[in-house]
Amino acid sequence: MSMTAGPRDLAADTQSGTTNCSHDCMDTKPIDLGDIEVLQVLDEQGNVNPTRDPGLSDEELLSVHRAMVLSRAFDARMLTMQRQGEMGTFAPNLGQEACMIGQVWDLTKQDWFSPSYRSFGAQIQRGWPMERLFLLWSGYHEGFPPPEGINDMPFSIVIGSHVLPAVGIAMGMRRRHQQDCVVVNFGDGAMSQGAVSEALNFAMVDKAPVIFVCENNGWAISTPTQLQYATTHLAGRGIGFGMPSIRVDGNDILGMIAAMREATARARNGEGPTLIEAVTYRLSLHTTADDPKVYRDEAETEPWQQRCPIARLERLLEQRDLLKKEAAEAIRSECDALVLEARERFRNIAKARPREVFDHLYRTTPSEIEDQRAEYLRRLDRKGVD
Amino acid sequence: MPQRTMVEALNLALDEAMAADDSVLVMGQDVGINGGVFRVTKGLHERYGHDRVMDTPLAECGIIGTAVGMSVYGLKPVVEIQFSGFTMQAFDQIEQNMARLHNRTMGRFPMRMVLRTPFGGGIRAVEHHSESRETYWAHTPGLKVVIPSGPRNARALLAAAIEDPDPVIFYEPKAVYRAFREDVPDEREIMSIGVADIVRPGNDLTLVSYGAMMRPAREAVEDLADEHSVDVELIDLLSVSPMDTKTLCDSVSKTGRCVIVHEGHRTCGIASEIIARINEHAFEYLEAPIRRLTGYDIPFPYFQTEQHFLPDADDIVEAVRETLAWE
Repeated sequence: MSMTAGPRDLAADTQSGTTNCSHDCMDTKPIDLGDIEVLQVLDEQGNVNPTRDPGLSDEELLSVHRAMVLSRAFDARMLTMQRQGEMGTFAPNLGQEACMIGQVWDLTKQDWFSPSYRSFGAQIQRGWPMERLFLLWSGYHEGFPPPEGINDMPFSIVIGSHVLPAVGIAMGMRRRHQQDCVVVNFGDGAMSQGAVSEALNFAMVDKAPVIFVCENNGWAISTPTQLQYATTHLAGRGIGFGMPSIRVDGNDILGMIAAMREATARARNGEGPTLIEAVTYRLSLHTTADDPKVYRDEAETEPWQQRCPIARLERLLEQRDLLKKEAAEAIRSECDALVLEARERFRNIAKARPREVFDHLYRTTPSEIEDQRAEYLRRLDRKGVD
Repeated sequence: MPQRTMVEALNLALDEAMAADDSVLVMGQDVGINGGVFRVTKGLHERYGHDRVMDTPLAECGIIGTAVGMSVYGLKPVVEIQFSGFTMQAFDQIEQNMARLHNRTMGRFPMRMVLRTPFGGGIRAVEHHSESRETYWAHTPGLKVVIPSGPRNARALLAAAIEDPDPVIFYEPKAVYRAFREDVPDEREIMSIGVADIVRPGNDLTLVSYGAMMRPAREAVEDLADEHSVDVELIDLLSVSPMDTKTLCDSVSKTGRCVIVHEGHRTCGIASEIIARINEHAFEYLEAPIRRLTGYDIPFPYFQTEQHFLPDADDIVEAVRETLAWE
């Protein structure tokens, strides 16, 4: 792909009649971005809109369902383990299973995924062993590196700080003429970070093959969307950067897959980035250190309980005779058993390695760091720490 | 041997690295057709094209953040930030990712990238264009901070920074950019990062500096030898992190006295760290308190007064003589 860095012809832009702008140049009224229709394929009753149906086979529908159930089982077990003191503070993602699974469902091994910290369902789907995620959230360094063979980034905790590097990966792909793409997710709170706006702009200017998935779950800890942004939607933010943008029902797994297929096809064809605003809801806590009762009326969560992405898909599966109630129960038990097996593996491998904390900072470790390491190891020796 | 300015020498190092390795790319504001605001990247866009000599949008955080991603993908970005005062906009990405991603991923993603940026005063620039905040980066685990002082070591150290497997902050003393020419051979040269240069051996006192302050330091050393028969050992640090503690302490063990000169602010400045290390390793050899001649703890002054803020050769001569007189 060749790009020339020549000047844009601004004179052409200002010739009368050459722009499509419907706005008078002296019009200072607030611009009404209007509403953007929310893409929905699978409605709350389990009905499918055939015009947008991504057309998953029966087997694929069942796999998607199982992945979502597994994500929820992991989330529930993490919460139990945290309450019992076995897990550190973590960010539950109850109710966001369709977002998580949908955004990575069609990705290949060559594609990259850069998660936020509320994404472990997607990480499991990408192939992260669950025991590694347990390690991660219980304070072991070994949980952080993406497993070999999986092109994922570790998340970074500072909100939105992982989005620019994800764009950089996509810029690298374009320079290497690859047909792969990058998916990066973040929330409505991250959208307020300057670095995320910079990321949208850099991606668009470079036509980088990246899909931004903004999981708008209504809350950034205690800050509701009306205090986070003044527009009616976040998809408009992409439009402001000239980026094709989609709003989708984030609790609709088929809608998520349809939106992602549109976006990944554009990326692979060299047509550049897409912003997807997935409208969903954080049913659970911000993190396990948070108590939403302090700042939100729990009645607000009621309608979203009804929009459960798993229940919705199960209605469809029942209608199509693919899954009976008892079979759904069996899948839940199987998934919980898988999580428990992973917990056993985690318990067997979890071992703090205090002697290794200096080992990964540099490729070529400076001598002053070696000296500090030696001093630290003497301290451990003195205290009898292995 | 060809004579080159520091700007030309840096340009040569970039050209050599890009010719040798197609994963090396240059990115930043105005580095393309314009060749950079100081012309360090002149001609590279023509030779290597937009995808390898990339004009970016005007956002320092965005530049560093996307360079981090390119590095994850296996490229070796050499980023130019127009003035080191503007790196504050990128603090987030330097701290969260550039310095930490290798550690976070236990080495799976090395950060092979260089952040080049001009620093220091003396060019009559507007606010935010004269900062010397190398302490920030020396204080940040995971980075290396390299500071050349002349054309020849600039070329050889930039080559080393681009080859280094760890992320390097490369501070270019802009007052030196075109101040003088020096022999810089056509054949490629590379130096080791973390090794200080004993510019002039001496027995009476150790004078330590780096970057643009090496010029008044050299002048002072000559003056001290010629006018006052004082034999100063002059050390050019070249890298403030890692720091060549051994060379510093060996020298002070020999001379017993030390003066440190830098532009950066005093409190927690590089001199503070040098003093601490000498205290740890060569305390018993000291015959006088170590003196530091640094920028003061005020914002860099507007340029009508900057010449008084920066130490000059006379100030250094005075500090050296006072330290020698201490009993």
